[in-house]
Amino acid sequence: MPTQAPRRYGRPRMRVVTDESQTWLRELRDPATREEAATRLHALLLRAARFEVSRRRSSDVDDLATQAADDALVAILAKLDTFQGRSRFTTWAYKFVLLEAAVKARRRAWQGHEVTIDDEAWTRMAAQGRSADDSLATGELLAAIAEAVPRCLTDHQRHVLTALALDGVPVDVLAERLDTTRGALYKTLHDARRKLRAELEEEGLLQ
Amino acid sequence: MTTPNDKRVLVERLLGPGEPEVTCEECFELLDQYVDLEVHGDDADATLPGMRAHLVGCPACHEDHESLLAFVAVRER
Repeated sequence: MPTQAPRRYGRPRMRVVTDESQTWLRELRDPATREEAATRLHALLLRAARFEVSRRRSSDVDDLATQAADDALVAILAKLDTFQGRSRFTTWAYKFVLLEAAVKARRRAWQGHEVTIDDEAWTRMAAQGRSADDSLATGELLAAIAEAVPRCLTDHQRHVLTALALDGVPVDVLAERLDTTRGALYKTLHDARRKLRAELEEEGLLQ
Repeated sequence: MTTPNDKRVLVERLLGPGEPEVTCEECFELLDQYVDLEVHGDDADATLPGMRAHLVGCPACHEDHESLLAFVAVRER
């Protein structure tokens, strides 16, 4: 576990499932109404997916949005029993389709782009940080981070930090290329950051 | 040329929020509740501690949050 956040999830009043949410759940569970309700839900999901794909100025809006809505509907129907009424049903459903649409759009944008790890970037960053004359504290900190990276991090941590934090590779894209999950990569990033913070605190550069 | 602001942003990206935070999986689990609280003007950060720090530290979850908040807010109008 990379975190120690207290688990105080939700106020009691948010657990009350609204009438609208109850109706969705009932109609999606009842064999007599399930198909018609799923069709209506798919239309809502498609609208959300179009919103997301268009916002990202992705090509093939219709294709990506339809794929996202289709995949999200399958996921939602499979997880229907996990809906706990802490939000409106539609908000809960939208998060699935927006995630699907965002992941597909990010992967589409990076299609054909190679992800290369440039370890020399840390050396350049250390030199650039030290040469700063208008932001001494930040420049010094940046240089110290760049010097600590090769010293404190494992190869895997360094590669993940370089790709995600330095090169701006989306975590979903990196996860796909490395055949791992977004959560696993974020944990690696979190552990790398924790090591760097500890190192900088020891050097008196961070409180 | 790298500006002081660029460098500050880079330091934040490299070091992260430095506070207790939820994982990506927990963030996804709680995101709908967090957004509904925000849209209705409730204190989402007090109700769901660790979410804000994760949204600061994780660019992908940050984007997912922005998307859901923007879409739900438009539909609530």
